[in-house]
Amino acid sequence: MTGGVLEVLATGPLCTVQDHGRPGLAHLGVPRAGPLDRPAADLANRLVGNRPGAALLEVVLGGLELRATVDTWVAVTGAPAPAAVGRRSAGLARAERLPAGAVLRLGAPATGVRSYVAVAGGVDVAPVLGSRSTDTLAEVGPPVVAPGQRLPLGSPAGPPAAVEAPVAPTGPPTGLLRVHPGPRLERLGPHALAELCATAYVVGAEADRVGLRLDGPPLTRADAGELPSEGMVLGSVQVPPSGRPVVFLADHPPTGGYPVVAVVDPRDLWQCGQLRPGEPVRFTRAR
Amino acid sequence: MNVDPVHVRAFGPTALLAEVDDAAAALALATWLREHRVAATEVVPAARTVLLDGLDPADLGGARALLAGWRDEPAAGDDAGQGRGPVGPVVELPVVYDGPDLDDVADLWGVSREEVVARHTGLELLSVFCGFAPGFAYLSGLPQEWAVPRLDSPRTRVPAGSVAVADTWCGVYPTVSPGGWRLLGRTRTPLWDVDRDPPALLAPGTRVRFVVEDPS
Repeated sequence: MTGGVLEVLATGPLCTVQDHGRPGLAHLGVPRAGPLDRPAADLANRLVGNRPGAALLEVVLGGLELRATVDTWVAVTGAPAPAAVGRRSAGLARAERLPAGAVLRLGAPATGVRSYVAVAGGVDVAPVLGSRSTDTLAEVGPPVVAPGQRLPLGSPAGPPAAVEAPVAPTGPPTGLLRVHPGPRLERLGPHALAELCATAYVVGAEADRVGLRLDGPPLTRADAGELPSEGMVLGSVQVPPSGRPVVFLADHPPTGGYPVVAVVDPRDLWQCGQLRPGEPVRFTRAR
Repeated sequence: MNVDPVHVRAFGPTALLAEVDDAAAALALATWLREHRVAATEVVPAARTVLLDGLDPADLGGARALLAGWRDEPAAGDDAGQGRGPVGPVVELPVVYDGPDLDDVADLWGVSREEVVARHTGLELLSVFCGFAPGFAYLSGLPQEWAVPRLDSPRTRVPAGSVAVADTWCGVYPTVSPGGWRLLGRTRTPLWDVDRDPPALLAPGTRVRFVVEDPS
């Protein structure tokens, strides 16, 4: 049996298809991609009976309207966007029935940035280099989701199983990010990490899937020179000549030439996808 | 003899950054690590480093021990360092030499346009790493005395297939992008194709030669 089709009626500021991305291709210059709030994405998939890493929709600040051509199940997690199926409001972080022809609408969330919409069977657009993720930096993968598109659905494994050990949604981000020392501390002076952890930042207006750009007093750099290009990891806190740090997120370039002062702990990366421009960010040493 | 050719830095809880002397050593180490099935998701050679990412945080020691076993020097019966032998296929790229910076490079080198083309087509280049954009290979082999500075102001749009130089690197832009390298010409050979394996024509380890194609 086929899984039917999702008809996209409207989108907000940005809606992309994401799965677990393209690990293993950084040496060819291909970013990893994948959901910025991975725990929320994994929870949404789990709620509708998909395997972790099935392709779903990452929705920035709501505004999504879609219709399925078959009876199916959906779950909305991440930023708490008010959701409705037809005229009935839908619960967050639980499986909801989406009847054929009914419209799912996501309003703008009061907190957070990215909501995740998983549909039973997963979004079955053609994979590129082993992944259905849209990579906004290198433009590998399917195009950004736009009104008028018809997104094929995979075949559901069966009705969603009860989630035996429900995972509580993570709640709004605190803005406190645990960090490990970076590999280039000596380029930034002996106190760079302490300075980073003592500085109050706010999320910059240009924060996106590539990086969480931060505004605040510039870090003093011990060495103004660039490094020869070197590999970068998810969560790298890079210090460009402006002295204002950037946390590298899923679509980051695989290599970079500015020193990395710290690396955000994987446990806190989801927050970087949910913090809004203007919201405060502090760094603290991971234990 | 360099007994400790690799300096290893921690790069967060799941990655190590191995520093070596140069890009050729980085490629050799990356090749060697893959041959030795290092337990990393990503092995990323770059100008002077190899990044190992996606390691088990509880077993960084295993990767460190493997790195400590590498020697960037000829082994017995080998004419190069470990992994430094001729590594990949040779790709010949036909180039139409009509780039907007050909005259500037001729001035910088103090030679004629024809001599720039002769020098460029005479190079034996090696793709040592990819970065900047999918399939953008940094090709080593331009002598230090021919190094050219990047443009003061990068172009906002460099056409796909542009053949370029900067510092001691040669490269070809696989897709349309901004760019600050100096453009010598263009090739019609597709450098990036997601339906090919590997999708990058000039994956690290590939040897590259440019040949003159007449404009048609």
